[in-house]
Amino acid sequence: MTSDRRPPRDAGNWAQRVDRLTAPDGAEAHAFGVEGRRVAGPQQGFGALWDRDFTVALGDAATPAQVIADWRARFGDFWPRGGTFYGAITALEAGDVAPLTAGGVTTGILVIYADETSFSFMTPEGHMFGGLNTFSAEHTEDRGTVVRIRMLVRTADPSWELLWPVLKASEGRFWRATLANVAAANGVPDAVVEEATVCVDRGRLWRNWRNVFRNGALVTLAHVVGRRSRARRGGDR
Amino acid sequence: MHVATPRPGAAVIAITGDVTAACEQELMSAHEEASDAGAKLVVLDFTGMDYMNSGGIGMLVTLLVRGQRRHQRIAAVGLTDHYRQIFELTRLDEAIVLFDDLSAALAVG
Repeated sequence: MTSDRRPPRDAGNWAQRVDRLTAPDGAEAHAFGVEGRRVAGPQQGFGALWDRDFTVALGDAATPAQVIADWRARFGDFWPRGGTFYGAITALEAGDVAPLTAGGVTTGILVIYADETSFSFMTPEGHMFGGLNTFSAEHTEDRGTVVRIRMLVRTADPSWELLWPVLKASEGRFWRATLANVAAANGVPDAVVEEATVCVDRGRLWRNWRNVFRNGALVTLAHVVGRRSRARRGGDR
Repeated sequence: MHVATPRPGAAVIAITGDVTAACEQELMSAHEEASDAGAKLVVLDFTGMDYMNSGGIGMLVTLLVRGQRRHQRIAAVGLTDHYRQIFELTRLDEAIVLFDDLSAALAVG
C-alpha cells in the first residue's frame, strides 16, 4: 500500500472500519437486529441489483446544506408510518449505528459517510436488502435545490427475492413519502417526487444464498416469541 | 481517465481527482475502452485520487457488475491507508483485489 500523503479532504467524513456492529446505548430493546452483525452491501446481497433514484425539487426554499443538516438531525422524523428509526438524538454522523423497524422487521443501518450535502448508509447482515443508500441535496440551475435518495440494492436472500415485487412497491411508497415529508418541512408541501428504478444486474449472487439463515424477519419472530415465552415463564413462578 | 494496456489481456485505468457519482460516465467509458481492448484484468490505479465520497463507492459497485458480466477480474492499486480502510469498511475489498503496486497486480495470471 502507498504511504499517506497529506490528509484527504474526506478524512473526517467516513466511518472507521468495523468488523462487527455495536448497537448504541439506549437502543438495547432493538439491538438484536444489528448487534454483532457485519456490514452487508450490494455485493453481499443475493437478488438482482437495482439502482433506485428518488428526487424532489425545492426551488429556492432551502439550500442543500440546510436540507441535509435538518435531515441528519431529525432523520427518523421524516419517516412515514410503517417504519421506526432508533437513531441517536443528535445529528447522524459517520460511524453511527442505528436499529430500525420496518414492516415488522427489526434490523438497522451503519452511517458510512456524512458531509454537508450528503450522508450514506449501508445495511447489516439480516436486513431485507444488501444496500448502499445515499441521501443528498444539490443545487441545480433549473430546479434549485434537488433532494435525492439513491439506493443501490439487492434483496438479501432468496426469500426476500421472491417478495421483490411487494418490497419494490412498499419501499417505493416509503421513500417517496419520506422525500415528500422532507420537502414539506422545507416549505414545499405539494412537491412531486420523481422516481427512476433501473435493474443494473439481473443475475443473482447464488453464493450468498445462506443469508437466509440470518433473515431479519425470522430473527425478529424468534426474538418476539422468545421474549413472550420468557415473560410467561416469569409470570408462572 | 487514462487507459493503458501494459500487456495483452490487462488494462490499467488511472483514476485521478475526485471520485464521486459525477464521474460515473467517465469511468464506465474508460472501462468500455479497456474491455474493447480485450482486457480480462482491469487494474484501477488510485494513485492520483484526491477525494472520494460514498457516491464513488456506488460507482465502483456498478463497475464491478460490468466487470463480472465480462468475466473480468478487477484489481486496485495506489490506495492510501485511509482509502484501503474504506474499501474494507464497505467490503469492496472482497470483490476488488487490493495490491501494493502495479507490478504485483499485473503479475496475477
